[in-house]
Amino acid sequence: MTCAQTILDYGLRSLGIGERLLPRSDFTLCQQVTLIGSGLIWNLYFAFFALLFGFFLATGLALAKTSANSWLRKPANAFIFLFRGSPLFIQFFLAYEALVLLPRAGVEILGLTVATSWLAKAWAGALIVLTLNTAAYSAQIFHGALMAVPKGDIEAAEAYGMTGWTKFRRILWPTMLRLAWPSYTNEAIFLFHATTLVFFSGFPAFQQRGDSLYYASYFAGQTFNPFVAYPIVAGYFILCTLALIALFGIVNRRLNRHLPGTVKRVRYRPQIFR
Amino acid sequence: MFSYCSDPSVLEGLAWLSCYLTTGTHLLFYASFGTVLLLLAITAPIALLFGYGGAMASRSRVAPLRWFGTIYTSMVRGVPDIIFFLFVPIALDQGLEWLRHKALCDSDAPVRQGNDFVVCAAAKLPLSTSPEWVHDIYAMTLAVIAFSVVFGAFAANVLHGAMQAVPRAQLETAEAYGMTPPQVTRRILVPQMWTYALPGLSNLWMILIKATPLLFLLGIEDIVYWARELGGAKTRSFAYPHPDWRLYYFLVVLVFYLLMTWISERVLGRVTARLTRGQATMAGEAQRKAGAL
Repeated sequence: MTCAQTILDYGLRSLGIGERLLPRSDFTLCQQVTLIGSGLIWNLYFAFFALLFGFFLATGLALAKTSANSWLRKPANAFIFLFRGSPLFIQFFLAYEALVLLPRAGVEILGLTVATSWLAKAWAGALIVLTLNTAAYSAQIFHGALMAVPKGDIEAAEAYGMTGWTKFRRILWPTMLRLAWPSYTNEAIFLFHATTLVFFSGFPAFQQRGDSLYYASYFAGQTFNPFVAYPIVAGYFILCTLALIALFGIVNRRLNRHLPGTVKRVRYRPQIFR
Repeated sequence: MFSYCSDPSVLEGLAWLSCYLTTGTHLLFYASFGTVLLLLAITAPIALLFGYGGAMASRSRVAPLRWFGTIYTSMVRGVPDIIFFLFVPIALDQGLEWLRHKALCDSDAPVRQGNDFVVCAAAKLPLSTSPEWVHDIYAMTLAVIAFSVVFGAFAANVLHGAMQAVPRAQLETAEAYGMTPPQVTRRILVPQMWTYALPGLSNLWMILIKATPLLFLLGIEDIVYWARELGGAKTRSFAYPHPDWRLYYFLVVLVFYLLMTWISERVLGRVTARLTRGQATMAGEAQRKAGAL
């Protein structure tokens, strides 16, 4: 079997398209690279949507955390403490066990039957957990940045007659993002790395449709040889991480475009927090 | 445990619960919390040592050593740590068995035959004749090494940054006094770097706590393992039948971790305050002014 044929067969295997049976013996390098690459689709899917939804949720949480109203501040603090204080691994387990307990037939709400079985699937359940998790970490970062917005900026905005939403949209939010962006880049990378936990925790891989690490550990388990599959998945992750840094670097330059000379190069010195 | 527990089927309510929560497997579950704490207690100092070595290596004047240090410190940046947790124990196990195979077996057969890793019985680690606890200790040792390697790399990152943050003038002054490079390191660099390293290190401690459930993936019988075992639905054939209670067991585990991080935060806050006292940093200055009022 040629490598092109292998790619056609297994390129989208993680989505259930193509050959169903995984290779069982005589594993070629091409098969390993293709299948692990196919699994990477899941990692990218989880990372992209968790960051997308988590970003907006985190902005809301950060604002709630700064709010003078304790009905907003206390829940936001509790949420951030809960998700930052416990391991993501346990959160996955707990969420899975809780979602499985939902009635199989669906829940009756106002006479309508709402299906719930999809929530226990990895694509939805794990995405929810990842979104809430990254929202909590990002909210902490955004809150720190919001506290660091220069007082003069806000006074100037008020002097121009800006209030409420306008002030937030034009002054607070862009400055907050600008200040938070290096740390947020860090968080995005950690979240991307955390997507590998999904299929190792409570969530089962339906019909062996797993992520890249799922396939890598499948190969390592079948061949008793960790020296091929794990370096392949590590290589994929290094490439994706570099792409992520480049992407966030572009945004960083855009956020800082009015401040010439502040952005030389995004130096990724990881502040480790997770 | 209690005398009235001899026949669980006749028990009701609280008596049933008290017997259920003190079965042999439950005691193992409680002991596994100790396993987690033990892992933390062993891993943290070793990882710090690895980190110090890595950070020193990446500052070395010898080029190969510096490359090694740079690769070691940067490896955790691009690759998820769980990959290392899966890779390091197997790789180490096979490496050791391969070395023993070379030394102890008289066959010349290659260790990799197709999809199998074959060594002779004398080279097995641990020996198949050895008792259960040796296997447990061996698995735990591999886990500790895997954790130390990964967190050593994180710590190397932090310590490297802290060493860079020590004002250059301090080191130059020491050199001007005629101190040798090891003296500069010992007398000036290391004592001053801690205040810069502490935020990073306390963060690292939090990550280490939150990484301990991954022990489960390494085949250690830790709290996650027992929570799954004990919580799963038990049929009538068991002494204490109950439906699927995994959710509650995981809630207990979650609360344990929340407590751990909460206590750590408090303690580390105090340590930071103690170490900042008298330091020529902004935090130290703020402390001094607050005290002067």
